[in-house]
Amino acid sequence: MLRAIQYIYVLRPVWAVLAALLVGAGLIAVAGVNPWDAYGALFGGAFLDYYGLASTLAKMSPILLAGLAVIVPLRVGLLNIGAEGQIYMGGLFSSMAALLLPEMSPYLQVPLCVLAGAVGGGFWGMIPGYLKAYRGVNEVIITILLNFIAINLVSYVAGGPMMQEGAPYPYSEEIREGLWLPYIMPQTDAHLGVLAGIVLCLAAWFVFRFTTVGFGLGMIGKNPTAATYAGIRVRRNVVAVMFVAGAIGGLAGTFEVLGLKHRLYHLFSPGYGFDGIVVAFLAQLSPLMAPIAAFFLSGLKVGGLIMQRAVGLESTVVEAIQGLVIIFVAVSLAFRFDRGNWRRFLERRRLLDAGLAQGVTNNSGGTS
Amino acid sequence: MSLLGDMSAWVDFFSTVLRLSIPIVFAALGGVLSERAGVFNVSLEGCILGGAFGAATGAYLTGTPVGGLLVGLLAAAAIGCILAGLAVSLGINQLVTGIAINILVLGLTSYLARLILGADATSTLPGFSPMAIPVLSSIPVIGPVLFNQDPLAYLMYLAVPLSFWFLYRTPWGLIVRAIGDYPIAADTVGVSVPAVRALCVIASCMLGGLGGCYLVLCQVFVFTENMSAGKGWIALAAVILGRWNPALVFAACIFFAFSEALQLRLQFNNPDVPYQLFSMVPFLASFVALVVFAGRVRPPGAIGIKYVRGGK
Repeated sequence: MLRAIQYIYVLRPVWAVLAALLVGAGLIAVAGVNPWDAYGALFGGAFLDYYGLASTLAKMSPILLAGLAVIVPLRVGLLNIGAEGQIYMGGLFSSMAALLLPEMSPYLQVPLCVLAGAVGGGFWGMIPGYLKAYRGVNEVIITILLNFIAINLVSYVAGGPMMQEGAPYPYSEEIREGLWLPYIMPQTDAHLGVLAGIVLCLAAWFVFRFTTVGFGLGMIGKNPTAATYAGIRVRRNVVAVMFVAGAIGGLAGTFEVLGLKHRLYHLFSPGYGFDGIVVAFLAQLSPLMAPIAAFFLSGLKVGGLIMQRAVGLESTVVEAIQGLVIIFVAVSLAFRFDRGNWRRFLERRRLLDAGLAQGVTNNSGGTS
Repeated sequence: MSLLGDMSAWVDFFSTVLRLSIPIVFAALGGVLSERAGVFNVSLEGCILGGAFGAATGAYLTGTPVGGLLVGLLAAAAIGCILAGLAVSLGINQLVTGIAINILVLGLTSYLARLILGADATSTLPGFSPMAIPVLSSIPVIGPVLFNQDPLAYLMYLAVPLSFWFLYRTPWGLIVRAIGDYPIAADTVGVSVPAVRALCVIASCMLGGLGGCYLVLCQVFVFTENMSAGKGWIALAAVILGRWNPALVFAACIFFAFSEALQLRLQFNNPDVPYQLFSMVPFLASFVALVVFAGRVRPPGAIGIKYVRGGK
């Protein structure tokens, strides 16, 4: 019994998602559309159709990596709202490496582009890390401000120095085909980025679960003072973790450019960095759960567009549902499983039942 | 260039600074109130957006700006109730809750705006018009800049000294500051910490919503998706930069509005440079200001921590 209750608690995010979908159904009904049809079109289109599934996987690449870029520092107690900016910097650096470096063998240049993107994002993530560790400046505000700076910087570069001549709106020259990421599903947009994201998630899980470095990081997150006394260099680790998180965010932007867009577009990320926050909370900060959460969220986004075409409902409802999901998940996190409490409750119930059974037999014995 | 021409250019520039500062000032005062009570209000961005959406809906449905103002404040108060319920009552991480609320408000307002305002989304809504204050408005330069404004601007002139007075010169202000710094002290004298915190959060969100109302009812007269465009975050930066003191926070807001007005002027004067280079300026200014000045500030002692009676 205790076990069953514990499982119900472990599945909190699932209940939260279902509750959010239920409230979302209300929102859909307000628009005069049958929620059942709408959800049918949404999930059928996103998960059960070959091309829909491919789109979902293509969208999952940046969302999953952004989620990991939020999860890793959050386990150390740092809230990285800057994945969006890190995505932009990754895209900027990798496309510069792809377009501005002299042409060389793809086997050399693709890794160079990926490295450039990771370093670009990592550098962008290191700034708030450094300011937090050594100057005590709130990382939430700094990462947000850096987002706006990075977005505008990419718009400037894509609309100024690197703009393709005669382009109707800011984008760069096309990256040559040799540097594109390989596709994982024929004739679709699904590219290698999503697999790279899953591999990185497994790596992050391994580091946190089985290595001393990961143990030290988790300790900083739980009790920085204790970590200091245990000989862990807290400040240096904070900077390093933010660099790694930024690099992961940078990879999200890199794969988006090399795998899907093949150009540096202005505003190329429609808020994937913020979706990463949603993924992190859906997955309850577990790198192993992150792919599932990201898969669900990307499906929701892709399905939203399919649903808009199918039943004529504004796809912005999906953004509202996404907001509901994160609120409900946040609420569900407040309900922690308290073994002692539940055990006492079950014990009292058992005693009561026993008492009643005894009382009933006694009573019936008395009256007859 | 004649002296008069120069002067009208300055009047123009300073009016722009003032107009740009108003939403940020309201939101930042809200931020001060809630953070002084020990609760991060990261959802200010959402409050501005929610207030703007409420103002647009109210003005559209009632046809009067006052109706818009009321609905806008109500919408912001509703957001405040969510934040208070989640962050104060349930004790969920305040930053997480705030961000969750921002995402919810962004999605919800975009969807509902299309549903309610629909095709009329681009037609202008009724709004407040400027009211010149006699005598004062005829002072050169200062008059037209400061005293030929809409009612919400005058409200802002009052809000800054009022919030200073409230926080530092009234017993209630003392209670709020105590709750943010050392809640046990407030609890010991019989003040309900969660209740005061919840009230402060709701009032804080309404102040943010007032900023949103100003955007819709006094500035652009339409609602557009994500029209808060980072103002809430600038306001939060101003709160830290102004060290949780309404007067200094006001100065920080004016500094940000000044840099925004400057970048608009630069855009206008350099049409051949991509404008995004200049759009960066206010964010860059906030960033630099935070790095340079906010080094060793002391935030309210109990900020971000849920108060549990008898807890550590």
